[in-house]
Amino acid sequence: MTDLRERTHELPAPVPEKAVKLPGAGRSIAKHTGLILLTLVMLYPVIWMVVSSLRPNEEIFRSPGVLPDSFRFENYSEGWTALASPFGHYLINSAIVVLGCILGNLVSCSMAAYAFARLEFTGKKLWFAIMLGTIMLPIHVIIVPQYVMFSQFGWINTFLPLIVPKLLATDAFFVFLMVQFIRGLPRELDEAARIDGAGHPRIFLQVILPLMLPALATTTIFTFIWTWNDFFSQLIYLTDPEMYTVPVALRSYVDATVSTSWGSMFAMSVVSLLPIFLAFLVGQRFLIKGIATTGIK
Amino acid sequence: MSAIGELQRLNTSTGGPPRKRDTKAALLFLLPWFAGILLITAGPVAASFVLGFTDYNLIQPPEFNGLENIQRMLTDERLHHSLGVTFTYVFVSVPLQLAAALGLAMLLDRGMRGLPFYRSAFYLPSLLGSSVAIAVLWRQIFGAEGLINQMLGFFGIEGTGWISDPDTALSTLIVLNVWTFGAPMVIFLAGLRQIPVMYYEAAQIDGAGRWTQFRRITVPLLSPIIFFNLVLQIIHAFQSFTQAFVVSGGTGGPSDSTMFYTLYLYQRGFHSFDMGYASALAWLLLLIIAAFTAVNFWAAKRWVFYDD
Repeated sequence: MTDLRERTHELPAPVPEKAVKLPGAGRSIAKHTGLILLTLVMLYPVIWMVVSSLRPNEEIFRSPGVLPDSFRFENYSEGWTALASPFGHYLINSAIVVLGCILGNLVSCSMAAYAFARLEFTGKKLWFAIMLGTIMLPIHVIIVPQYVMFSQFGWINTFLPLIVPKLLATDAFFVFLMVQFIRGLPRELDEAARIDGAGHPRIFLQVILPLMLPALATTTIFTFIWTWNDFFSQLIYLTDPEMYTVPVALRSYVDATVSTSWGSMFAMSVVSLLPIFLAFLVGQRFLIKGIATTGIK
Repeated sequence: MSAIGELQRLNTSTGGPPRKRDTKAALLFLLPWFAGILLITAGPVAASFVLGFTDYNLIQPPEFNGLENIQRMLTDERLHHSLGVTFTYVFVSVPLQLAAALGLAMLLDRGMRGLPFYRSAFYLPSLLGSSVAIAVLWRQIFGAEGLINQMLGFFGIEGTGWISDPDTALSTLIVLNVWTFGAPMVIFLAGLRQIPVMYYEAAQIDGAGRWTQFRRITVPLLSPIIFFNLVLQIIHAFQSFTQAFVVSGGTGGPSDSTMFYTLYLYQRGFHSFDMGYASALAWLLLLIIAAFTAVNFWAAKRWVFYDD
């Protein structure tokens, strides 16, 4: 197996290789019909939710179709104000957590990656193995003592337990992603900078970082999506409704309004998915390259 | 190379020629990472090992109780039940998900028209799948009067309340996990791209059919990637939490049929504040995942093929 990244660099533009066996036109049409049907089946639930978010409640339980038939925009205004604070409050809370995590990951993971990719030090192999091992460590194993520790710091119901770990490069997945990227950069660049008298901090900041932009973009988008979706740690650390982020707020909404107003619940679900969808549209290239390189959801 | 390939080969690679050490710079660059390992990862892992032998409710200081938590695990029927639920979930949903991922990746391979479109459409659910919003949607879709039953009703079939029926509740979560096959599919696509077309051409000249080509070329050459996806998706599935939590309203019901291991751990730790027992549970989860990963790595020697 050769380095995936090198080969997948050109990813989104598919190389029109000659197919091994040219399928006949009939077969090709059948294949596309099948794939389009499957696409519809896959995306149907989501499309149906978006359409249903504009339907009156009784309609939701009667209309399996996805043709927009009614437009009850009140679902959105009702959903927006259904909880103790307007939904915008939770969006802002989520945005703060997400921004903090992105910043933390970018700074701390790129520093660690530079060390693993370019520096020589005692026990490097062992540390590197430990770093890779932590990618597979489930958060559930550490959550109890972590909770005890953070509660002694008085950090429960603050965003610190969510952000501070990212400042300490605990998302090893990104360290690995960046190590792989830096390894692919020609060493001659570092050598040239070194001959010009640059030390490691300068080589890192002025040579490596600017060349790492694609890896940094991948990190940004993944951190955004994962943090935005993350429920487990936010549920544990944020119990004061004032501090709720979007997933926790949405979940408390489910409990508060069980089956009474699906319309507004769908409306807020759509609102909560919108940033993910936008990140997907903007960052598809990096997402696909990123998982093709390192292969984690 | 994937993180896992890297791990497998760490001890076999020979380092290059000895180079000047940059210990000082390394310390500086790794400072945050070392702090993280100490405070956020290794420290808590060690602490939860110790706490696993205590009775601790967050208010009184932890009190050693020897092997009591382990004895309790042996007789805790809800725990055994939740292990059963989790194993069923992992061993049904992961193979289905990977089979879908590989199947679709093979259909989409090699510069077919519309590939970026299909790839994006199939990938999108992987990004949405772990959100609370989709879990909310699932609650409706598989509810007694939900979308699925509306559609079945169209054909004159009367469905059950999929989520309120203990016999079917877990299947709805399995469907949800299979629905997110897009991420492993993208990894398979990247892997398939690296198999030289000439292998297939040569095989065709030798008269090999599609099935033989799949068995003799695709599977061996893709095996590192299949392995990687398998390990990762198993670990990932063991840790599923959000969907079961939201779909069951935090209870793991009906009649504990969606009581994932992580959900049980959450209930013991953060509902009953039974932190000592929860720590012991966390360690059991770590051991289970480590054992499965080890078995995977061991079995990999027999079927994973590295071409270098």
